Amino acid sequence: MDTNQSKIQNPKSKIYGNFDENLPPSQEYLRIQFSPSSVPIKQQWRNNGLSANFMADFLLTFFPSKSGAINTEEQKNEIQGIICYVANELLENAMKFTDERVQEPVSLTLYLLSDRLVFLSTNSISSQSKEKLQQFIQRLTPSNFNQLYAEQLEKSALDESNSSAGLGILTMMNDYLAKVGWKLEKIQDQPEIISVTTMVQLVI
Amino acid sequence: METNQSKIQNLKSELQISAEDYCIQYDISSSIVDFHGSLLLNGAEEYAPIVQLLNEVVEQQPIITLNIQKLRMLNSSGFQMLSKFVIKVRQQGGINLIIKGNPKISWQARSLQNLQRLMPALEVDFGL
Repeated sequence: MDTNQSKIQNPKSKIYGNFDENLPPSQEYLRIQFSPSSVPIKQQWRNNGLSANFMADFLLTFFPSKSGAINTEEQKNEIQGIICYVANELLENAMKFTDERVQEPVSLTLYLLSDRLVFLSTNSISSQSKEKLQQFIQRLTPSNFNQLYAEQLEKSALDESNSSAGLGILTMMNDYLAKVGWKLEKIQDQPEIISVTTMVQLVI
Repeated sequence: METNQSKIQNLKSELQISAEDYCIQYDISSSIVDFHGSLLLNGAEEYAPIVQLLNEVVEQQPIITLNIQKLRMLNSSGFQMLSKFVIKVRQQGGINLIIKGNPKISWQARSLQNLQRLMPALEVDFGL
């Protein structure tokens, strides 16, 4: 699959990577939504870890009914750890890249499907951040994210000014075998508001 | 309310950083840096005190063990911080670095090997 292909669904949205627009209906999901500006950033940031842990704990109660395979303590710990990591990274990214001028909420939804976990995070994004995201996505191809990950680690460790942007996503792809995709949508013209939805899928 | 305010205590034989969610403690006699809790700090700037502690440890000892068996969560910024440290040790040379990990903690079982790719001489020990 060519992850560089962008399909224009309608003039106002673009899809990149592994973004499944046709998720099967699910009765079981958990959504956390909040306004990024409503509390001081330090407290808001603390909420990421709390939310991630809560999601992991909460969803574990559904797993026995979902799959006979997830019943040992070890498997539960594993799933908990995975949900915690991915949820926290997605919330951190949403917080870091949200367009502060715009009062759009951030949300994270976790869907339980029969064969996979699907995370969807949404946040507003400035034009500048949108371009950086598009550049990042363009460098990703199905075969090179391992290499990109190793390069990113080396590079960011040697370069003082380099942020860890993208490292969470690369880690999900490299270490968690996640499929990641993005949808960019213009949700308002004047003034311009762009929204990004990040989808992370994990086979369970 | 500064819930994540970290304090660096510079005692004679001990360096320590403690905050609400984590505690990092260095014991000079054993040359072990113990990590407890969850490290989910916001970027390189917030990790700076921990980087400083690790750098000071490297100054003092040729053998260092990072015991992360009780480090339940580490975000990507934190992992980057660890990577930077590993690379620094690699570049400095002459330092024996060991990381004691916990195979039951998902992020460790999955991601610690990447540090080994950065520094083949790094010893990652999952024994309990």
